[in-house]
Amino acid sequence: MPEIKVTPLGAGQDVGRSCVLVSIAGKNVMLDCGMHMGYNDDRRFPDFSYITQNGRLTDFLDCVIISHFHLDHCGALPYFSEMVGYDGPIYMTHPTKAICPILLEDYRKITVDKKGETNFFTSQMIKDCMKKVVAVHLHQTVQVDEELEIKAYYAGHVLGAAMFQIKVGCESVVYTGDYNMTPDRHLGAAWIDKCRPDLLITESTYATTIRDSKRCRERDFLKKVHETVERGGKVLIPVFALGRAQELCILLETFWERMNLKAPIYFSTGLTEKANHYYKLFITWTNQKIRKTFVQRNMFEFKHIKAFDRAFADNPGPMVVFATPGMLHAGQSLQIFRKWAGNEKNMVIMPGYCVQGTVGHKILSGQRKLEMEGRQILEVKMQVEYMSFSAHADAKGIMQLIRQAEPRNVLLVHGEAKKMEFLKQKIEQEFHVNCFMPANGETTTIFTNPSIPVDISLGLLKRETAIGLLPDAKKPKLMHGTLIMKDNSFRLVSPEQALKELGLAEHQLRFTCRVHIQDPRKEHETVLRVYNHLKGILKDYSVQHLPDGSITVESILIQATAHSEDQGTKVLLVSWTYQDEELGSYLTALLKKGLPQSAS
Amino acid sequence: QQQHEDLSAKKLRLTKPSKSAALHVDLCKATSPADALQYLLQFARKPVEVESVEGVVRILLEHYYKENDASVRLKIASLLGLLSKTAGFSPDCIVDDAINTLQNEKSHQVLAQLLDTLLVIGTKLTENPSVRMRLVEVACKHLTDSSHGVRNKCLQLIGCLGPVEKGVVKEVESQAAKDVQKIIGDHFNDQDPRVRTAAIKAMLQLHERGLKLQQAIYSQACKLLADDYEQVRSAAVQLIWVLSQLYPESIVPIPSSNEEIRLVDDAFGKICHMVSDGSWVVRVQAAKLLGSMQQVSSHFLEQTLDKKLMSDLRRKRTAHERAKELYSSGEFSSGRKWGDDAPKEEIDTGAVNLIESGACGAFVHGLEDEMYEVRIAAVEALCMLAQSSPSFAEKCLDFLVDMFNDEIEEVRLQSIHTMRKISNNITLREDQLDTVLAVLEDSSRDIREALHELLCCTNVSTKEGIHLALVELLKNLTKYPTDRESIWKCLKFLGSRHPTLVLPLVPELLSTHPFFDTPEPDMDDPAYIAVLVLIFNAAKSCPTMPALFSDHTFRHYAYLRDSLSHLVPPLRLPGRKLVSSPVSPSITPHEDPSQQFLHQSLERVYNLQHLDPQGIQELLEFTIRDLQRLGELQSELAGMADFTATYLQCQLLLTKALQEKLWNVAAPLYLKQNALASAAAKQILEETYKMEFMYSGVESRQVVIIHHMRLQAKALQLIVTARTTRGVEPLFGMCEKFLQEVDSFQRCFISELPHMQGSFVDKLLDLMPRLVTSKPSEVVKILQTTLRQSTFLHLPLPEQLHRATANIIEPTGESDNPLRFTSGLVVALDVDATLEHVQDPQGTVKVQVLYPDGQAQLIHPKPADFRNPAPGRHRLITQVYLSHTAWTEPCQIEVRLLLAYNSNRSKAAAKIPKSTWSESLEALPQSENGIEGTIPFSKAVKVYIMPKPARR
Repeated sequence: MPEIKVTPLGAGQDVGRSCVLVSIAGKNVMLDCGMHMGYNDDRRFPDFSYITQNGRLTDFLDCVIISHFHLDHCGALPYFSEMVGYDGPIYMTHPTKAICPILLEDYRKITVDKKGETNFFTSQMIKDCMKKVVAVHLHQTVQVDEELEIKAYYAGHVLGAAMFQIKVGCESVVYTGDYNMTPDRHLGAAWIDKCRPDLLITESTYATTIRDSKRCRERDFLKKVHETVERGGKVLIPVFALGRAQELCILLETFWERMNLKAPIYFSTGLTEKANHYYKLFITWTNQKIRKTFVQRNMFEFKHIKAFDRAFADNPGPMVVFATPGMLHAGQSLQIFRKWAGNEKNMVIMPGYCVQGTVGHKILSGQRKLEMEGRQILEVKMQVEYMSFSAHADAKGIMQLIRQAEPRNVLLVHGEAKKMEFLKQKIEQEFHVNCFMPANGETTTIFTNPSIPVDISLGLLKRETAIGLLPDAKKPKLMHGTLIMKDNSFRLVSPEQALKELGLAEHQLRFTCRVHIQDPRKEHETVLRVYNHLKGILKDYSVQHLPDGSITVESILIQATAHSEDQGTKVLLVSWTYQDEELGSYLTALLKKGLPQSAS
Repeated sequence: QQQHEDLSAKKLRLTKPSKSAALHVDLCKATSPADALQYLLQFARKPVEVESVEGVVRILLEHYYKENDASVRLKIASLLGLLSKTAGFSPDCIVDDAINTLQNEKSHQVLAQLLDTLLVIGTKLTENPSVRMRLVEVACKHLTDSSHGVRNKCLQLIGCLGPVEKGVVKEVESQAAKDVQKIIGDHFNDQDPRVRTAAIKAMLQLHERGLKLQQAIYSQACKLLADDYEQVRSAAVQLIWVLSQLYPESIVPIPSSNEEIRLVDDAFGKICHMVSDGSWVVRVQAAKLLGSMQQVSSHFLEQTLDKKLMSDLRRKRTAHERAKELYSSGEFSSGRKWGDDAPKEEIDTGAVNLIESGACGAFVHGLEDEMYEVRIAAVEALCMLAQSSPSFAEKCLDFLVDMFNDEIEEVRLQSIHTMRKISNNITLREDQLDTVLAVLEDSSRDIREALHELLCCTNVSTKEGIHLALVELLKNLTKYPTDRESIWKCLKFLGSRHPTLVLPLVPELLSTHPFFDTPEPDMDDPAYIAVLVLIFNAAKSCPTMPALFSDHTFRHYAYLRDSLSHLVPPLRLPGRKLVSSPVSPSITPHEDPSQQFLHQSLERVYNLQHLDPQGIQELLEFTIRDLQRLGELQSELAGMADFTATYLQCQLLLTKALQEKLWNVAAPLYLKQNALASAAAKQILEETYKMEFMYSGVESRQVVIIHHMRLQAKALQLIVTARTTRGVEPLFGMCEKFLQEVDSFQRCFISELPHMQGSFVDKLLDLMPRLVTSKPSEVVKILQTTLRQSTFLHLPLPEQLHRATANIIEPTGESDNPLRFTSGLVVALDVDATLEHVQDPQGTVKVQVLYPDGQAQLIHPKPADFRNPAPGRHRLITQVYLSHTAWTEPCQIEVRLLLAYNSNRSKAAAKIPKSTWSESLEALPQSENGIEGTIPFSKAVKVYIMPKPARR
């Protein structure tokens, strides 16, 4: 039985270091190649030695697919391709290809320059790695080789995020990467057609959450910013450079536009500026509003948002500043925070989750006095707000995607085991499909039942559909023909043609059967009675009485002769070919029951 | 080729059968299929007269059988369909031939086209059941065709023509006597999605034609909701909706359990489910239909707003619930703590239903959708459901308020309008009001004005709410001073709706102090006026309030009552009895006498048969003057008064024209007088067009009278022309045309004729046989006498009559700074106008620009430029592009609005086909300003412009 094997090297019952191996119909595909934020040792990258101990990875993998540019999905790529060694194709969407190297370079800098690690990939390696990348468009079917093809669908998680369908013959797998089913200010919602894959590998970050509507959160956020600005306060929004930052920028930009506000908004320079540039370019990947209005004005050409300069922080009057990094643990955002923390008119809004130990986490948990470097005590008087803007599908969204794609099996990755358990149970209960949740390194095998395409000659098809009632899409149809298996291909042809091709002579197989009937009448009268009887019963068939005294029902011949010894017994000779077996045996059974007595 | 065409075109008008003959010749000449196709294409461009249709059809059929090329046959088949559409042609004679063509046809495309033709024929012969039955039978026979196109058309045909009444089915015993619904239903499972769609559409068509669909279809339709193709799902949603309206109360079982629910609830759940479909077309469809399912039980309805939040498997309250709780606990939104929304109780994992929860959260999804089309549809549906269910209205409020922050302006606007429509059912909480008011700062004028309208009819629960609203409105006023009028109006209603809530705020608002005198505020400050408008309107129903006013407030009241009388109501003020008492009691019972007066004066006029001509004229003049004055005084009766005055004016002109001395003189020498008479005729014509098209609420009874008046004017015109021109030649044409008009008048208004005893037309119709045969000079003579003898028709008044008016707000015409632009380029002029009582403004209102050199430009504004803020009122905000060659100095251009009319209603039948046959256009109505078919209905506004010569 054909099977699909899935082994997560990372992200199995875990978040981070996404890397899933899939073998489907003899092809091996690696989905994502991420790093883990939580570790600084070998565990930060997936264990590629699982694939092969020695020898190039290229021989074992047909292709690598990267779903989006977040480091936990692409962070290990240069290590994998340059240091471990892989020369095959790497597929990603255009925006991912554009933004991914920026993030990788940034990651490299932090690890090598700041933490002083050696034996890490170099800038040149990133460049070499990116040369192996093949960019794909949405809904474009890419032939990796003759049998393997992949296709990208919109995922809406970040710019350029995609879900991938991997297909070999009739077997297919869909890998979602991270996705979002509710649209936001700059991206649309994930969408997939009814592709009915054998397996759907989906993320399950929010497996146990059903979220409130996005609008409340947006409104709250805007209201808070607006109020503070009106009061003359300053607002600090610590963000990570990509993704949510752009959404919040758009949100504030449009709000400023709508409300005619004048207070300045600043965006800390560097990485983000470069990224914004790409957002401007990839308008087709954004949501309906941005796509429709970019002719008048590209929404990412911010009118109210300007680049930030260190000196601006001391300017009087209200302002809004987006600064990196998002958890207030270092850099510009922390500097600004220290400057502004003392004033109760000011506000800091944390738009995402903060890791324990960071300043962000401390202030969110209500700490009002912070100990900074050098034993300084910083008293926090400014208001502290938390706003969650997350771009993962919630439980309902995941279910919705499953409903849209109609997979035969579901496999959960990228989530916590306990939460997955709940979702797994729900999926099995509501869709009646198998659901799996392998841990890292654990292999799941899924048996498939692929349909096998067979070429049929047009003549035969037309002939067979002409017989019988209307063709029905949903029901299997019985067909008569000859299956020829030759040179690794299947063909269904009419028997005559098959005989001709194979150079065989046709043999006819005929069944004959004698049925004894007690009837004292003359032969032709008996024949007439049989004829009337059959005609009465077989209304849908053509029953004919031939002049030579025989009866035909379709192609079945019935002849009657008097029994040589007993004149009162008539012998009915029924003869049919092999093809008419069904009708013929029915007829004999019918005749064996005898003729109705009432017939006069 | 060109010449040949011309020839045939000329022949057409003279001898009728030549059309088909020409075609025949052409087709016979054709050597190749491509040639024949060309001929047919050319032929199709020209219309065919009713009389020759049959001949043409025969020729075409003849060629059809001869033709081997499928594409030519296809074209012929489509031509057959086109020809049978010809107005006035009855296709019974070609039914058999058309059906016969189907027999030997092999090409699927041609077959489909032929069936389409049959459909056209069938729809023209709907009252002939036997033909219909035959056609349906033919269609049923071809249902087994292997091509989807043919099956598609068959189903369409069955849907359009299938028997609807049960009785007919029994009479005609044939194959088609089988239940049509079953035949169509069998194709719900066709292999081709297009055929499935067609089958559902055919079913819907049957429903539209009045067939009661069987409930058994419901389960079939439900299965189609899971179809792979969006058109099928979209149509299936519609079908389910139809069934839910037909059998709302029947009980259906819930699969996989032994419970049962009402069908409408089940259907509601299913359609809700489709709101999260993969295709946005289906989502829009589903969201729209939800709005009209009002029978659904409230339990299901309220689920649509509840998404059942949870976080880490624990139940979570929505932000809305939290806001409500905070509000009821008396604490104002803190919401500032991390983990404030921390989930509370654990949920039983088994009880959570993630997807099969039917209606759960459908609107939450719909309102959050990616496509704004879906969001708009969801808002509309919310609106409709909320209007029928007050409790739902209360619940959906939070969601509507959230939509005020949508990224697309149309959605915001739509949700504000929706809120206004349901505002009777709701009272805004303070936190909701806060969000609503935040939108007042929006930079879009439409949004702000819609919001003002909303505030006009909102109920506010607390005095803080009123104060908040006032503060926000004043803020709006300082930010956008142009909103002045709209804000004042809004405060007027806010005040009169909440007198008791305003009362405690008065001292603060007027900043009075028990001991100290405060400085008198500036009377011209719009903000101060706004506050006063609020207070005075509240004081109207709160007699204790004036006691709180200070002296200058009373003075300001007197001033405002005079200058802004539409905003400041009359008040009963202490010590001001003399001024106020005559005003206030007289206001209510005043309507009756004026109405009475109107009717009395009309009575008087209609009884004037026996007066001498001089007396008639005088009486008419007086009455017209009275009516016009009445219209100015009483705005409610203005339409009525103007309408009748115009009518009397026409009558007066007619009488005057007939009194002319000219008629007594035999020779046509008195050029001056006849100028007067013909001018009168012209003016009457113009006025009748105004009467017909400028008033909304005109009924057919009035239209008859108006047309009658127009006919009289035309008769007058004819007589005058007869008098002034020599020779008979031109008269022939005019007489014929006039008689045609009388004829069409009779045809159009046959039912009204009995009411017109003794009128001009009545007499004329009696004389008709004589008129037709007599010479023009005689006709004129007869007309003249009839015109003189005919009586004056009584004009019945409709219930409601409003005159269309327009007021250009912008440009104001006050600017002295010319609008400078480079000649040859264009400059955009913003035009902002309000239109009252204009029906279908998108089609009729035009902007006219008159340049000083007499050049006139007519601009048709885009349909999207019209907004409809209130019933009967429209607002036109558009841009007009101006351009001209260079001028030496700035000059004024005139901008005005015109009401275009199409005399379709009156004379279309005769005129329009003729004009396409390129006959003379001379008899089209002409009005004075030279633009045909338009009535100016606004004052002209002057704009100073200056096209500069281009700099090199």
